[in-house]
Amino acid sequence: MAQHIIAALAGNPNCGKTTMFNALTGARQHVGNYPGVTVEKRSGTVKSGETLMDVVDLPGTYSLTAYSPEELVARDFIVDERPQVVINILDASSLERNLYLSIQFMELGAPMVLALNMMDAVKKQGKTIDVEMLSSLLGLPVVETVARTGAGKHELIQRTIAFIRERKEQWKPLHISYGSLLDPVLREMEDLITENKFLTDRFPARWVGLKYLEEDEQVMALGEASVHACHRQLLNMVEKTSTRCIKNMDMAPDAIIADYRYGHIAAMMKQGVVKRDTTRERINLSDNIDRVVTSRFLGPIIMLATLYGIFQVTFPIGEIPMGWVEAFFEWLAMVAVAMIPAGLVQSLVVDGIIGGVGGVMGFVPLIMVMFMAITILEDVGYMARMAYMMDRVFRIFGLHGASLMPFIVSGGIPGGCAVPGVLAARTLRSPKEKLATILTAPFMNCGAKVPVFLLLSAAFFPKNAAGVMFGMTLVSWTVALLVAKLLRSTVIRGEATPFVMELPPYRMPTFRGVLIHTWERAWQYMKKAGTVILGISILIWAAMTFPGVPSYMSSQFQAQQKAIEVQMAASPSKKPQLQQELDHIENRAAQAALRYSFAGRVGSFFEPLTQLAGFDWRTNIALLGGFAAKEVIVSSLGTVYSLGAVDTQSSDSLGSRLLADPMWSPVSALALMIFVLLYAPCFVTVAVISKETSWKWATFSVVFNTTLAFSLAVGVYQVGNMVF
Amino acid sequence: MSAIINLREMHRNQTGMIRSVRATGELGRRIRDMGLVPNTEVRVVGRAPLKDPVALRIMDFTITLRNNEADHISVEIQED
Repeated sequence: MAQHIIAALAGNPNCGKTTMFNALTGARQHVGNYPGVTVEKRSGTVKSGETLMDVVDLPGTYSLTAYSPEELVARDFIVDERPQVVINILDASSLERNLYLSIQFMELGAPMVLALNMMDAVKKQGKTIDVEMLSSLLGLPVVETVARTGAGKHELIQRTIAFIRERKEQWKPLHISYGSLLDPVLREMEDLITENKFLTDRFPARWVGLKYLEEDEQVMALGEASVHACHRQLLNMVEKTSTRCIKNMDMAPDAIIADYRYGHIAAMMKQGVVKRDTTRERINLSDNIDRVVTSRFLGPIIMLATLYGIFQVTFPIGEIPMGWVEAFFEWLAMVAVAMIPAGLVQSLVVDGIIGGVGGVMGFVPLIMVMFMAITILEDVGYMARMAYMMDRVFRIFGLHGASLMPFIVSGGIPGGCAVPGVLAARTLRSPKEKLATILTAPFMNCGAKVPVFLLLSAAFFPKNAAGVMFGMTLVSWTVALLVAKLLRSTVIRGEATPFVMELPPYRMPTFRGVLIHTWERAWQYMKKAGTVILGISILIWAAMTFPGVPSYMSSQFQAQQKAIEVQMAASPSKKPQLQQELDHIENRAAQAALRYSFAGRVGSFFEPLTQLAGFDWRTNIALLGGFAAKEVIVSSLGTVYSLGAVDTQSSDSLGSRLLADPMWSPVSALALMIFVLLYAPCFVTVAVISKETSWKWATFSVVFNTTLAFSLAVGVYQVGNMVF
Repeated sequence: MSAIINLREMHRNQTGMIRSVRATGELGRRIRDMGLVPNTEVRVVGRAPLKDPVALRIMDFTITLRNNEADHISVEIQED
């Protein structure tokens, strides 16, 4: 009999849930978003015999309160989608804390199978877990697994399928005792709720009562919109109970509830579920590593060395496949030139599409290597240590240790991308710290700005390319932190969020996990290249091609060309010299065309102002394109300078062309780098910012960042020219 | 001999039993969700390079808390 099952994978962060998800579904995964929120939704399928199981990976949470979008998403999915089964992955090496979430799922009544993961770590700790006993105490199937090696995976699938097949009853919520103060009230509430059918189409009655006692915002808002009288009655009961609890126990009801939940777990543990080998002292490897890695003096040094080391290693590695990709697009351009007759269409395909997209795709290898490094840091557990060490510093600037992650992903280690970086800020729970992080993360040295710095530093500071890159990184951090401080003490003032964070044990990342994660990020980037950037490349090409020079000018150029061609035919001996003149005219025609184009007009319009920072109209064109996507800056500079190139046959690189141009100097290159580093986030980032916050803040970031960047660029250019 | 002190005052490698958690609201919830509830044994395993936050070992895992958050927690220290 063919069967289709929907299973939700739930568990604490760092319990190996994603690793288990990868082990179960292999490459058959799909990544999307939960509707309305920016929490990632991963799903995949497992086929076992006749049974097809859709597995949805719920976000990792410690609890099912309504404080974070992750917890709400997990809760709503269970309640609204009613999966046939919840597979709860637990880190068995800290069983008690992990069971806290399981108990909450059981209170919702969801049918559940427990996977005791990381059993290898449990053995290393010298502990044994009585799986049979745990299973009978909870009344649920319990399977031992090691997600990293895939051990227990098949048993987990088989037991889950068997469990669903044998299970006939409806959802059965677990009732645990909350003591003499709360139990009577809960019973009363349950009766009232059942009687009024108050939210009972979604939640168990007692659970609604519990959530009222916990003052859960989401449930209370739903309640208010439901039966209003009942909602008021419940609020009354909560208020009375709350006063009594504080008077008698000096604790709010939610604290009592948490205590009893842990008490329930502790009572189970006391029956001997976990046995410890106390005959010898166990050495905790993670503690020993932390003693060095987070120590007072060595800690920060190791952190800086790690960050510096990452881009010292990733650039040389990334450059090799980058060369291949570039060569491929050059070949593609050659093919296009050969296949398509010269004219507008050829220009569109070669300059617009292949040039634009190729320039962006060239960064894919580099971004993959960078993401791989970030993924490894995350999976090893070092990212959490960095947040721990940096929290004190971040707090000075009104941020949070967890702001480190969005900063690094955005390009705190050069090569990131502000799009996933801004999205990574979702884990920040305080709206204020999150907003400040989102608005400042785009200052980081993203992978699209890197090529601008590479190009300019190779041309103007050839001996110091790595130094320039490191300097740019320092500037980006300094500006981001200072601006965060400024924002947090002006427009987004407010209290700091709790910093209760887990330091997971150090773990070897799995090869598969790193590859899947890296591929996902790279794929997101490539999708951006294939859609947004393709469209923008065409747009920019059009802006630089149309409307073209006025007809009197083009006929002038044509007349000049004709005249020289006639001369050439008359006196073949002068041919090389005349050919040069011909090229010169062609070049002037191209320059004029660009200048008369829409982009050229805009660039020229701003030139009087941007001259203050040393940018001419051609640079302005590239910078305007860069607002669409920073990757476009280099390709536009390439187009602008090759359209206006002196010798189109020359294989001169863009860098040497800039070096030869009198407009350019090391000072103007530096001013441009500062501007590119800090000005308006790219269009895609702005769109993401507006989705995560509001259009108001997205607009703010465009205007504020550009103003700041321009002021600093003018400062650098003016002071630089005075000094040198 | 035993004494009840504030979690902030604990030294590195000192062990004690949590006696009360006075934090309320979101902070209280976060602290409790992570297992910092009364009658749990806690040990200070380290402090960040700038002395804050503090890393704690409870029930076989490690969590971090800021000092001003640790202020809400009282711990009974066994002294011999």
